[in-house]
Amino acid sequence: MAILTSKDFKSDQEVRWCPGCGDHAVLAALQRALPKVSQALNYDKERYVIVSGIGCSSRLPYYMDTYGFHSIHGRATAISTGIKVANPWLTVWQTCGDGDALAIGGNHFIHAIRRNIDINIILFNNQIYGLTKGQYSPTSKFGAVTKTSPYGTVEHPFNPGSLVLGAKGTFFARSLDVELALNEEIMTAAALHDGCSVMEMLTNCVIFNDGAHKSLSDPAVKADNTIVLRHGEKMIFGKDRDRGLVYDGRKIRAVHIGEGGYTEEDILVHDAHRDNIGIHMALADMKGPDYPVALGVIRDVKDITYDDGVRDQVKEVMSRSQIHCVDDLLHSGSIWEVK
Amino acid sequence: MQHKVIDANDVVIRFAGDSGDGMQLTGSLFADMSAIYGNGLSTFPDYPAEIRAPHGTVSGVSGFQVHIGNDEVNTPGDLCDMLIAMNPAALKANAKWCKRHAMILIDEDAFDGNGLTKAGFKTDNPFIELGVEDRNIILAPVSTMTRESLKDSGMDPKSVLKCKNMFTLGIACYIFNRPLAPLFDYLEKKFQKKHPELIAPNKKVLSDGYNYAANVQAIPNTYTIEPIKSAKKGYYRNITGNQAVAWGLLAASEKSGLPLFCGSYPITPATAILEELAIHKSLGCKTFQAEDEIAGICTAIGASFAGNLAVTTTSGPGLSLKSEALGLAVMAELPLVVVDVQRGGPSTGLPTKTEQTDLNQALYGRNGECPIPVMCAHSPANCFHAAFTAAKIALEHMTPVILLSEGFLGNGSEPWLIPSMSDYPDIHPPFASGAIAPGDKFHPFERDPETMVPRWAVPGQKGYEHRVGGLEKTHEGVLSSDPTNHETMVRERAEKVARIVRDIPGLKVRGEEKGELLVIGWGGTYGHLASAIHDLHQDGVKVSYTHFDYINPLPPNTAEVLSGFRKILVCELNTGQFADYLRARFPELNFVKFNKVQGQPFLVDEIKDAVLKEI
Repeated sequence: MAILTSKDFKSDQEVRWCPGCGDHAVLAALQRALPKVSQALNYDKERYVIVSGIGCSSRLPYYMDTYGFHSIHGRATAISTGIKVANPWLTVWQTCGDGDALAIGGNHFIHAIRRNIDINIILFNNQIYGLTKGQYSPTSKFGAVTKTSPYGTVEHPFNPGSLVLGAKGTFFARSLDVELALNEEIMTAAALHDGCSVMEMLTNCVIFNDGAHKSLSDPAVKADNTIVLRHGEKMIFGKDRDRGLVYDGRKIRAVHIGEGGYTEEDILVHDAHRDNIGIHMALADMKGPDYPVALGVIRDVKDITYDDGVRDQVKEVMSRSQIHCVDDLLHSGSIWEVK
Repeated sequence: MQHKVIDANDVVIRFAGDSGDGMQLTGSLFADMSAIYGNGLSTFPDYPAEIRAPHGTVSGVSGFQVHIGNDEVNTPGDLCDMLIAMNPAALKANAKWCKRHAMILIDEDAFDGNGLTKAGFKTDNPFIELGVEDRNIILAPVSTMTRESLKDSGMDPKSVLKCKNMFTLGIACYIFNRPLAPLFDYLEKKFQKKHPELIAPNKKVLSDGYNYAANVQAIPNTYTIEPIKSAKKGYYRNITGNQAVAWGLLAASEKSGLPLFCGSYPITPATAILEELAIHKSLGCKTFQAEDEIAGICTAIGASFAGNLAVTTTSGPGLSLKSEALGLAVMAELPLVVVDVQRGGPSTGLPTKTEQTDLNQALYGRNGECPIPVMCAHSPANCFHAAFTAAKIALEHMTPVILLSEGFLGNGSEPWLIPSMSDYPDIHPPFASGAIAPGDKFHPFERDPETMVPRWAVPGQKGYEHRVGGLEKTHEGVLSSDPTNHETMVRERAEKVARIVRDIPGLKVRGEEKGELLVIGWGGTYGHLASAIHDLHQDGVKVSYTHFDYINPLPPNTAEVLSGFRKILVCELNTGQFADYLRARFPELNFVKFNKVQGQPFLVDEIKDAVLKEI
């Protein structure tokens, strides 16, 4: 098998996102991650299918030189599900936006997670409808002023992490568009995970919601406002690596190491593989000013996948059934002969 | 009273009771038994939307009509020779379907003051109130006799009363000279695993019902209906339309060598197709019970992209939900079978009743210029052939196909001469093959100049990587909003569908090929129309008849056949959708409409009247 490079995954189509759009960086990370995934899992390029819905981020399949399906608004998850169940040998990636996956496509999104279908979903969350030019989305902050909320929204946003974990998701990771290295790492982990992997990418829409994630991406403050979680590593963050997360018996708290009697010994070690979803929920829910926003792979646990379940059931029924072809079927049950 | 055994050509029996009384089971068992006996038969389940509507009320009445004969039977019959009514409401809802000399058997235990009041009777004589007092009325204490029959069974009183339907089935078996042995077999099979303790009591009630009927003096006549003599030789089975659709799809899967994927959401009256396919995993079929109708079709589209024979099954409101995704399948030029088992609409409408009101939706219900082949099934057993053909067209022409069935066909059943799969053709999808030269790309929308069909490259195929989707593209698969490219692609997609005409059979005419009056229909009205025309021909009436299985494209000789007649009577269970469609295509011809929108099939008699009025 030839070794694939990121160039192999670039199509000849001109990338038409706005200059400065965060989607460019996510595309670049994916084109860098897939060669690594291919090498790790011994996958050829024709094995990849990239599926999307409608929205800015859903243009991504056209920029990948793989099999691709740019479907309709909200339905990418259902299309991906069909592809994976029909042919589990294929490796299915999906790109969708916050409006696409969480508003019009919310139903398919939660059910794919519930079923644990082995697909990799990159959820581009820019907290705005970009392609329709600036209306609020299900992840826009409470009070967001947009074209359809000139006086501010009066509805609470979804936290995609809580939604995924609430549906008993087996893999959830979060990152920012600009974190190229981390994104490559997350995407590789998602590919290696058997089951539904959701990667929330906090992306910047330069035109309609510029700076929405600035407090997490600005080099001056990001180290204090985010924490990168890695399985088996202590949950330490801060510009000076002097802050960390502890569990005080009731809840997680962000503390300064060396203050209030907390030492490095007290800092929690991240266990992405633990089955108990409670702490992962707490980590996914964290937000400023009291907490850093968690980035990295928050949850990655093993469970049976729907596509394996379907395949195994078909095999099992085939092995014990007396009906092996349609002629057998037609003659099964009550029949009678006219002579 | 003198007991007579009447040798009848055909009889119609209608079982009616509360929706919890098990009338659907009783009726279908009677039908299956008659099928095994060798009669021609047709069935018509007529049940309410509620699983357990208020007990004893007219809205909760569930009916099952069986028409059996010593020759081929095409319809479930207009009116019945015997009505079995388990309570006053069942009598009230069904008395109008009784022939003048019909036998009416009632469970007299249910005809107390309370029962009569619930059914809305104002007097204590429901027969006079309904004007059926001169029918042959048999009062049988079914509940009492069932209780008596099972008094030593150890069953609780509620379970005992649930066996009432077996008692009446026993009575019906006596009256129509049906052997009980096949029913005993059925009961043994049904209860063997989970409830072996129920086998003996059910058999006992059945026999007691039979013996009761034999001993009681109230039953004047019994009937024999001989097996069909002229039946073609071979193996037969009884089959419902929904089951036949499922099996036809499995047959297409076998003949194409592609695994079957069915993504569907439960909806009356189509659900039985999904249920049936879910059983047959041994044939490699995958069923996906989706979270909604949209996911049903979208998973199917995904499965089609991945190279499966993809299907979604639904009924009217579900088809509405699938509209946008149907457009995607048209745009991506992927094969897909959509089965719509039509029911009364609009909206939730009459969910358990039959109609042909989705024709316009199937033809036009999408945004943009979005042509889709539309075809239909004309009888329960024909659903097999129709589903097979729909899949063949979809796979060979790379297009979604809508197959219109109807509640009447889906739930109805008839005996079927079992075909051999060796008589069915192989299906050849236009798979892309051969190596792609380095530097070259696969062009997903380049067409075969003869058929206008693009080639199918399935993910996993090296070198054929390409992108499909809802946005307009060039032949090469590149996004394009170029005005002339769009018009070219719109016209080419339409031409691809139009050329399917080369693969569909011509219309056949019953009667003269030219004349004054041509009767036409489509879909599930076939049995009633064919019977009416048969009768009219017997009476010497000059009228011709043809039936459409294909709506878009129309059969190749449509213009030739239609133009042979001065007047064309279009009969359909809607307000004239097919007639309007034909008028738009043949404005020079004289179409007359005959319509019914009552959630019920035509009656043979009303068709005959309509035809005679036009002569």
